[in-house]
Amino acid sequence: MAHTGVPILELRDISKEYFGNKVLTDVSFSLHSGEILGLVGENGAGKSTLMNILFGMEVIQQTGGYAGEMLVAGQTVRYQSSFDAIADGIGMVHQEFSLLPDFSVAENILLNREPHTRSFVSEVFGDRLDSIDRKTLVSKAETAIGKLGVSIDSSTPVGTMPVGHKQFTEIARELSKDSIRILVLDEPTAVLTEQEAAILLKAVKKLSDEGIAIIFISHRLQEVVDVCDTVVVLRDGKVVHNEPAAGLTIEQIARWMVGRDVDQSRTHRAFDYAQAPPVLTIENLWVDMPGETVRDVSLAVHKGEILGIGGLAGQGKLGIPNGAMGLFPAGGKVVFEGEEIALNNPKNFLDAGMAFVSEDRRGVGLLLDESLDWNISFAAMQVRGKYLKRYLNGMLQWRDEKSIQETARHYIDALQIKCTSSKQKAKELSGGNQQKICCAKAFALEPRLLFVSEPTRGIDIGAKSLVLQALRDYNEKSGTTIVMISSELEELRAICDRIAIVTDGRIAGILPANHPSEDFGLLMVASPKGATEVTA
Amino acid sequence: MSELRETRKEKILSILEKNSVPILFTVFCALGIPLSGYSYGYLGQEIVVRIARNSFLIIALLVPIMAGMGLNFGMTLGAMAGQIGLIFIADWGIVGIPGMILAMIISTPISAFLGWLCGKILNMAKGREMVTSYIIGFFINGVYQLIVLYGMGSVIPIKNPALVLPRGYGIRNTVNLISIRKVLDNLLAIKIFGISIPVATLLVIAALCFFIIWFRKTKLGQDMRAVGQDLEVARAAGIKVEHTRIVSVVLSTILAGYGMIVYLQNIGTLNTYNSHMQIGMFSIAALLVGGATVNRASIGNVFLGVSLFHLMFIVSPTAGKNLIGEAQLGEYFRVFVSYGVITIALVLYEVRKRRDLTRAGRLLAQDQADEVEAKQ
Repeated sequence: MAHTGVPILELRDISKEYFGNKVLTDVSFSLHSGEILGLVGENGAGKSTLMNILFGMEVIQQTGGYAGEMLVAGQTVRYQSSFDAIADGIGMVHQEFSLLPDFSVAENILLNREPHTRSFVSEVFGDRLDSIDRKTLVSKAETAIGKLGVSIDSSTPVGTMPVGHKQFTEIARELSKDSIRILVLDEPTAVLTEQEAAILLKAVKKLSDEGIAIIFISHRLQEVVDVCDTVVVLRDGKVVHNEPAAGLTIEQIARWMVGRDVDQSRTHRAFDYAQAPPVLTIENLWVDMPGETVRDVSLAVHKGEILGIGGLAGQGKLGIPNGAMGLFPAGGKVVFEGEEIALNNPKNFLDAGMAFVSEDRRGVGLLLDESLDWNISFAAMQVRGKYLKRYLNGMLQWRDEKSIQETARHYIDALQIKCTSSKQKAKELSGGNQQKICCAKAFALEPRLLFVSEPTRGIDIGAKSLVLQALRDYNEKSGTTIVMISSELEELRAICDRIAIVTDGRIAGILPANHPSEDFGLLMVASPKGATEVTA
Repeated sequence: MSELRETRKEKILSILEKNSVPILFTVFCALGIPLSGYSYGYLGQEIVVRIARNSFLIIALLVPIMAGMGLNFGMTLGAMAGQIGLIFIADWGIVGIPGMILAMIISTPISAFLGWLCGKILNMAKGREMVTSYIIGFFINGVYQLIVLYGMGSVIPIKNPALVLPRGYGIRNTVNLISIRKVLDNLLAIKIFGISIPVATLLVIAALCFFIIWFRKTKLGQDMRAVGQDLEVARAAGIKVEHTRIVSVVLSTILAGYGMIVYLQNIGTLNTYNSHMQIGMFSIAALLVGGATVNRASIGNVFLGVSLFHLMFIVSPTAGKNLIGEAQLGEYFRVFVSYGVITIALVLYEVRKRRDLTRAGRLLAQDQADEVEAKQ
């Protein structure tokens, strides 16, 4: 599609730093009325940050604003809040629904923009006592739904509807705003079934025909190729490709997304996992973790290996360790060293000889207000009864401060944790050092299998490699089997023996880590059902 | 995802569980009525009286529940404001309906101010509104005592010596409200089947019900319901969340003040230092007995609750006496039950929230089982 005239949206050299960490570098592209632009990229490529800037989210101003220029219909804009962006005709449909479950579809669509009629009471007491005009409300909502070309009963409470209809309701809310010119759809099909997704894509086409410009963010590349006019690929905060969608293949885009200059210094070790006996088998596991639902996962982990679990955010990779440990409601069968572990109780998991370094470092991982030695030793003390002096046949148990100190010192040296002393409070350390404390805590349990979830999230590059090295060393020295969950594929490829990719709550495939990145990229964006043909 | 399949037994159990409190009370009353030996005519009369007396106060609780702020234990603030209004009209000797109306007018600014204060504080304690409003009730009670016990008759002029303590200042423990006693109840009273019905009071309550129904349909009511469901979604839509919450508490407090005046005109005497403290608890207990929960209450719950709760109140002392020979037991039972009901309702609310979570898990398990079946 050829576009002429002033673009409705133009980004010029947009850059953004979070605390010295550059997340966007000179991002430029333009969007015309009626154009559908597909924005793709891995997690952390900068898509969300870019959309936050476009939508004037407060987080951008709070962290020092952005560099570069943004033009809407030829006018330079710099939004102070999302309400400015809305007033300018920008609509955004977020991944998480912001709908009120007990309100009807119509009420949700026109939330806080309900048509109202004046009465003598409101003449006296002000606008807010106007009666709501239900008839106009319903007809306005139905017009908006009509624009999408779908049929939804506008009087149904949203809470009882299937997710697909919720997604349509969200979009209809944006469409009901008369001024809407640019619509951002963030992963609109992620929660939909294939049929629902097909209907949604048709609706998106219809909207673009009516002249609304659409930014379509999706990791389902087939959809992007099918529906978009232009594809912009972001990688590490830069636009690496900006091309017309016609003629592009999924493989090409997947390679652009993940292919970066890989640090080849760490060699892939030769580890024959097939010879090692399975130490942990998971069968038909489901986990109800909000935003990370796991469905029917079966997996075998071999003794001594480092197994990576990767996948895009929200696909369920985090649910696997959290469910196995019992932190979220789960079902299925987990067998460790020949014994079945009863789910839904963390104590069983720990007693069996496993440990978990949570991705929620500050919430689950650390006692923020306590000293480092405490943080390192408390789990081992609770679960294994270590660092305790026993009197009177164990009736009286006393903390053994000396051995706590020794252990703390040992790990602080071994992991090169930067701190003033082992008595420093955990909250005073930097993210990377906090992560090392979390690892030390798990190591002190002397587990035979260790789950590590997002070990490098939110820490800088130098600390990343130290943490990864510590994990690899621990695995090699003590023979502990490690299951590492991470959003960063390259990090998994660097230290793991095999990598499982989770898509849509299921294992999309397991490949040896030395396979090229593209293969993993393809698994990540695989269509939800029946995509295991690439298994090693 | 499909609907959760449940056996019929599970469905019946879940309905029973949802209505467990009203069902329990119906059973209690059904057992108690024959034991007490009261005639149905007498019980009918008593229930009509109590509905007229208490409903207004209980309806005042509906507004904050709509705004997601739970049960407003802070309604005692309104009750205090209403009492202050009554003390003044008793002192000035204004009788009848004009006296009641004047008391309401005096109570309004006091209620509004206290409600605003309470709302401000509750906005700082989001998610802990109930316990906070309960404690604010005690705090303001201290201020009330300071004013009524020391201020009135010394700083605030009180002319009528019958109201003032013998020492010269402070209001007596009981204030006789003879000037407005039953003025509203006796206005337009009629007798049907030997039961006298206070038509005017019931009309006022009906008007309040219509007000609540109308209010739900206003923009403000819509905003309150939105805020009640999800603060963040409402905020993102541009609704002034904090302001809306304050308005809901102010409205509830003012209505509670009027409710207290209606309540006391029926009783006829004011227990200066006790009336307001009990009323919050009894109103909340009655609403919960009617099947309301912390986040959902309707006008139907109000009337069912008043009827069942007070039926048990009337029946239990005599039933206790006839059964064990101790009227004290029934008296004890009343207080025990009110606190018990509130506790059970709060616990059930939490249990239900957790159960809804596990339902999501069961759905997931069911889906998975379906898929396995489909493959075979």
